[in-house]
Amino acid sequence: MKLKGAQILMKMLQEEGVDAIFGYPGGAVLDIYDALMDTDFKHILVRHEQGAVHAADGYARASGRVGVCLVTSGPGATNTVTGIASAYLDSIPIVIFTGQVPTHLIGNDAFQEVDIVGITRPCTKHNYLVKDVKDLARIVKEAFHLARSGRPGPVLVDLPKDIINATTTFKVPGEVRMRTYNPTYKPNIRQLQKIIDLIAKAKKPVIFSGGGVNLSKAHEELTKFARNAQIPVTGSLMGLGGFPGTDNLWLGMLGMHGTFRANMAITECDLLIGIGVRFDDRVTGKTDEFAPNAKIVQIDIDPTSIQKNVPVSVPVVGDCRISLSMLNDLLEKIDLSGIEEKRKQWLDQITEWKNTTPLAYKQGDTIKPQYVIETLYELTGGEAIITTEVGQNQMWAAQYYHFTEPGHFITSGGLGVMGFGLPAAIGAQVAAPGRTVVDIAGDGSIQMNIQELATAVQYGLPVKVAILNNGFLGMVRQWQELFYQRRYSSTKFEHTPDFVKLAEAYGATGLRATKPSEVKKVLKKGLETKGPVIMDFVVEQEESVYPMVPAGAPIKKMLLV
Amino acid sequence: MEEQRHLLSILVDNEPGVLSRITGLFSGRGYNIDSLSVAETVEPHVSRITMVTHGSPGILEQINKQLNKLINVIKVTDLTGTHYVLREMALIKVNAKTEHRAEILRITDIFRGQIVDVGTDHFTVKVTGDPEKISAVLNLLKPMGIREIARTGCIALPRENGNSNKNA
Repeated sequence: MKLKGAQILMKMLQEEGVDAIFGYPGGAVLDIYDALMDTDFKHILVRHEQGAVHAADGYARASGRVGVCLVTSGPGATNTVTGIASAYLDSIPIVIFTGQVPTHLIGNDAFQEVDIVGITRPCTKHNYLVKDVKDLARIVKEAFHLARSGRPGPVLVDLPKDIINATTTFKVPGEVRMRTYNPTYKPNIRQLQKIIDLIAKAKKPVIFSGGGVNLSKAHEELTKFARNAQIPVTGSLMGLGGFPGTDNLWLGMLGMHGTFRANMAITECDLLIGIGVRFDDRVTGKTDEFAPNAKIVQIDIDPTSIQKNVPVSVPVVGDCRISLSMLNDLLEKIDLSGIEEKRKQWLDQITEWKNTTPLAYKQGDTIKPQYVIETLYELTGGEAIITTEVGQNQMWAAQYYHFTEPGHFITSGGLGVMGFGLPAAIGAQVAAPGRTVVDIAGDGSIQMNIQELATAVQYGLPVKVAILNNGFLGMVRQWQELFYQRRYSSTKFEHTPDFVKLAEAYGATGLRATKPSEVKKVLKKGLETKGPVIMDFVVEQEESVYPMVPAGAPIKKMLLV
Repeated sequence: MEEQRHLLSILVDNEPGVLSRITGLFSGRGYNIDSLSVAETVEPHVSRITMVTHGSPGILEQINKQLNKLINVIKVTDLTGTHYVLREMALIKVNAKTEHRAEILRITDIFRGQIVDVGTDHFTVKVTGDPEKISAVLNLLKPMGIREIARTGCIALPRENGNSNKNA
């Protein structure tokens, strides 16, 4: 069957089971968009290419499938870079198709030409420039395979206009075989046995769960493992949802804005089992004083993550779900009777930390942002998919909303992208049409991709945005308050749009709460309203996120409320 | 921790952009490249990169893992502490006044080098060996006035079993 490159691309997307594409057309991809007219893909026309990548990212996290994004050459391609870098740091499987000038013009500084393969080399898992239409089908297949397998990540495919127009015989390529790429899924059982031996001896063990547990959907195996061995669990920002946030063994998030009990448990523990984590600096604080009394075990599918930031006694390369499932089998072979008695002292200590120093804030006459999230949690029964922007809104969401399964907390963890939450919510809503999707935002970050509200309205995607409006770039202000003697350099917004009117201008619904007594009413109304809604919560201006570990300090040195 | 020098032999896909992925990895993550040489192998689709790098044991472990993580990298062999043969070649353009010409020829001869270009007032010496040997030649030629040098960087191959001494 002779087909044009653009048609081959469509065929391959069908082969890969793609149902939605987030994109923005332009000169170099006219032929692809023309071919798109003859297919059934749901194409979501965003308002900015950055929005397309974040939406594909949100879609991937909510669905567990590969997100797809299609943009034109030049500025279309460069606008995707922030989204790609975010997906790379959070290991999210997306494939980005960029248009490119015809091959004979490459290198000529042609109109809307940019070396996007060169630009994205350090922030993609892999990328391709297609130079022959005969390679197209194979490359698309490889791109999807690479994006979703091993440690997932973004893969970019650059498509010159002449290649897309060229014709060749199309045949669906067979299994991907790449001799240079063969991720290790099944861990070494002897290493796992060492972990079991350490657990048997440990008096104060802690599990530290990360994004890898969510990505490999290892939540059930992790829950079984932790409960059977009676080991308390803490999580990184990316790890929230990997273990039920409502369980007695749950310690809350650790690190810079972690709970008191999580950070104390890490500091006191004698065995730390890291699963799907990279011991990021926001988690460890000063590494010398991170888990100083513990033997550290690390399970990760990516060998480069192991021992990158902290020395590890038992390294295990393997998939989190397979590893945990094998650990559960091994655990069954040892005698765990009396384990509850054995752990009692440790778990009692943790309960004491929880009771003496819980997550807390002071109610007042103004709306406290934490209260908004607590109320949202209550009203949604913990069932909503929550996306966030970056900064205080993100940390409060992580602290006060309790997640119970993967794909329910969608945040730009590694790169920390302001403007992530709204497009990610749009992607998540496309993946999960029946669910409540709420973007917890700040008045700063919502303005970074507010234009996507038009996308939500156009496609009838009923995403809800809760803006914690404090008139400041809150997290930066907090640092200025604590470490720069309250010298608020460029963190106060002297002018902010009226978000209610703005919502209405976009064709969405706008609501506002200015008093604590209005919070529940507005949230309720917002959640019940059909279509996209912006809820503007005018909150306490100088509220800070606590606990806080100053950058570079040991995590036990927390500033508390 | 103490810095170590390591010799890596890296087999990669012989495709455009692959070298850039490798050097980009090193510059992006702040690793060091002391020398680098690249050429096709017997398999036309495969190139061999021989690289000398240095860093702490932790960094060297990351270099090895990060290289292996690149999709176009087929195999990374750390030759350090194994049996291998190593060579580097240098072209040295040196001033050759009448009174020095015999001396330069002698030095070249001692180091089994060759004169590959001759002029009225210069020689270009080609010398092959390990980097220490090349440094020794350079030191001896320095008093005559070295105009330019070009060095290939190290290339190396593992020895077949039991044929020679272990290299440092």
